[in-house]
Amino acid sequence: MTDTNTPLLTMQNLQIEGLSEDCWKPIVKGVNLSLGKGEVLGLIGESGAGKSTIGLGAMGYVRDGCRFSGGRVHFDGIELTGADRDTRRNLRSTRIAYVAQSAAASFNPAFKLINQHTEFLVRRGLMSREEARKDAIELYRQLQLPNPEEIGFRYPHQVSGGQLQRAMTAMAMACRPDLIIFDEPTTALDVTTQIEVLAAIRNIVEEFGTSAIYITHDLAVVAQMADRIMVLRHGEEVEAADTATMLAAPQQEYTKSLWAVRSFKSAEKAPVAADSVPVVALRGVTAQYPSMQTPVLNDVSIEFHAGRTVAVVGESGSGKSTTARSLMGLLPPVQGDMLLNGAPLSPSFRKRSKDELQAVQMIYQMADTALNPKQRIHDIIGRPMTYYRGLKGRQLTEEIRALLDDIELEPDQYINRLPSELSGGQKQRIGIARALAAGPKLVICDEVTSALDQLVAEGILRLLDKLQHEHNLAYMFITHDISTVRAIADEVVVMQHGKIVEQGPKAQIFSPPFQPYTDLLLSSVPEMDPSWLNRVLAERVAKSA
Amino acid sequence: MNGFLYELRKAPLTAKFGCVVVVAYILVAIFAPVLAPFGESEVVGYEYQPWSTDNWLGTDSLGRDMATRMIYGARNTIGIALLTTMIAFLAGSIAGFFAAVLQGWVDQLLSRAVDVVISIPTLIFALLLLTIFGASVTSLIGVIALIYATFVYRIARAVAMGIVVMDYVEAAQVRGEGLWWIMRKEILPNAAPPLVAEFGLRFCFVFLTISGLSFLGLGIQPPAADWGSMVRENASLITFGDLTPLIPAAAIGLLTVAVNFIVDWMLHKASGLKT
Repeated sequence: MTDTNTPLLTMQNLQIEGLSEDCWKPIVKGVNLSLGKGEVLGLIGESGAGKSTIGLGAMGYVRDGCRFSGGRVHFDGIELTGADRDTRRNLRSTRIAYVAQSAAASFNPAFKLINQHTEFLVRRGLMSREEARKDAIELYRQLQLPNPEEIGFRYPHQVSGGQLQRAMTAMAMACRPDLIIFDEPTTALDVTTQIEVLAAIRNIVEEFGTSAIYITHDLAVVAQMADRIMVLRHGEEVEAADTATMLAAPQQEYTKSLWAVRSFKSAEKAPVAADSVPVVALRGVTAQYPSMQTPVLNDVSIEFHAGRTVAVVGESGSGKSTTARSLMGLLPPVQGDMLLNGAPLSPSFRKRSKDELQAVQMIYQMADTALNPKQRIHDIIGRPMTYYRGLKGRQLTEEIRALLDDIELEPDQYINRLPSELSGGQKQRIGIARALAAGPKLVICDEVTSALDQLVAEGILRLLDKLQHEHNLAYMFITHDISTVRAIADEVVVMQHGKIVEQGPKAQIFSPPFQPYTDLLLSSVPEMDPSWLNRVLAERVAKSA
Repeated sequence: MNGFLYELRKAPLTAKFGCVVVVAYILVAIFAPVLAPFGESEVVGYEYQPWSTDNWLGTDSLGRDMATRMIYGARNTIGIALLTTMIAFLAGSIAGFFAAVLQGWVDQLLSRAVDVVISIPTLIFALLLLTIFGASVTSLIGVIALIYATFVYRIARAVAMGIVVMDYVEAAQVRGEGLWWIMRKEILPNAAPPLVAEFGLRFCFVFLTISGLSFLGLGIQPPAADWGSMVRENASLITFGDLTPLIPAAAIGLLTVAVNFIVDWMLHKASGLKT
């Protein structure tokens, strides 16, 4: 399949700068790259490593506020960095295609999928409308979309996220490009959906012999997809090698540290004492949105004990976050009870006393939207202290500084900053600090690490574990990432369609015999072994046969 | 303050021009008694005297000094327009934030009431109300502020709607914070940039409406000087080829253009575009 002798795409000392605060700062600092025909190159690194910028650079494109500042990009003999607009445009729709991370944001919600698919083909005069439609349906079939004849005639909101991502891949394939750039195509998807999309993408890339650049921060995914892997950091290449070599024997310290992530594991705890009263308990909670016919939560019972972590897992739409919202009083249950230290807890947050509100605190998934961009750290952390605990003046400042120390941020440096002056991991630490500042009993962590790079996420998990020991906190840890669950959970709750499928101690859930749905979830988590995808797909075929 | 000066230094030429003009107008308005050679409604000579060294811009229909009245006019016209715009923004923003946070029937009630007011043409509605309440400065400010508060309400509500769905507002609500605190601390700082830009734009409209009403005789009442009525009182001079009545009109036009330049620049900054 791979033919690296005649490179399709080469980058020589590519440099790209971005405008920030009125001066040009380098984003990509001289990257060399060569991609053969039919070869798949995986670009991997933390956010800010310049992966996407390089991916777009391969199309001769830079984002608004960026510019090429040096080096060359050659695509099949055509120089792209200095090429005029028309040359680049012509290449982009016919020979180079791009698949973005969020298909939902990239499709126009007002047009049917197939019309968006065929639009540029017809406008470019590549095909007639009829031919283009026929071809689209054929591609939908090859990407294993259900009802390929019919699915194109739906609007983007009428198909699932995984289907949308495949429809976008079909669109990229429409002109049979020589090169496709996949920019984190499965990052926003559930593991169970991701595996289907990965399989579909890999099959079609192999079928047409397309070269691809596959950008991701997930090592296990890149191991399945790429022939060769390049590790990037701060806009520079750390190392590059073919996939097997890279996985087996990484040379650089940084690569090794990426490979070693998820070494963290919280200490085993003794089982809950039989007479221990849970800090917070849900008893047969059923909840429903007023506008909907069917309940979103059905008979959910979970107990949270001090000093212990309950991990709630399931795909999106399974009711994990809804359970949290009911606990917070944002979606009052229509049936069932919520208890705080054995006493009933008001269903709606509006009716809860300050003590009740204080007891349950939440850390949000997106620290970006969870912190008011116009408030300084001092105010963000200080407000719950003042509000719940009546701290003022010198005492307040001392508490804030102590808490900043606790979350491992230097107080003098950070106390007066705005959220925009922090990195993603630091913002999440502030989110944690705000929850702690209230002095809670139960902390709900809603996908707190899923928007973070793996190294950073591990730091957050360590911090949460440390704080749990110090303050004897109960955690409700919502996640779709099984490896996180393995690292920190004491009890596991598996949810699907608003119901609890299985719950119990971690050891019990993660050892056979498995419930069918738990098995599906567990087996869909990518592993570092490059043959994992083939193996799992083969197993599933065997099972269904 | 240093940050602001820094921003100003790299602002486009149009914005700098706008700032210079606005600052000049404000200075003239503040120091009117010092700058003006005569009293505001002092009769200094015959009617319609041509330009001379004593009366730089001649005299008006009653023999008052035109230059003096131009200077005092800045004070009256800009002062009243500014006050009116501020009241409109205060009322409109509070109501808009209120509707966005509470939603439900509060939002419906306020929004439909605003729809009713907006559905009546501005000038006709203003004329109607001023006829009912009489043409005094207080009722002028009240009526124009009411009308413009409806426009501000719609913008403030739309902006706040986008902010209310943010997790940090939810976090504040679940913390148990009161309505006023959420509006003031969580929403206002984030809604400020578009509202400030809108303030400049609305100020122009208010200013033009007041000038228009004064021209019709329902705005600022004599003997107070204002540019709108100065155009009206001396309009007949145009027929004799004298351009003097166009000078207050030009003053209105120049301020409008200057404020719009500044607003454009602020909107561009608020939009986050880099080029």
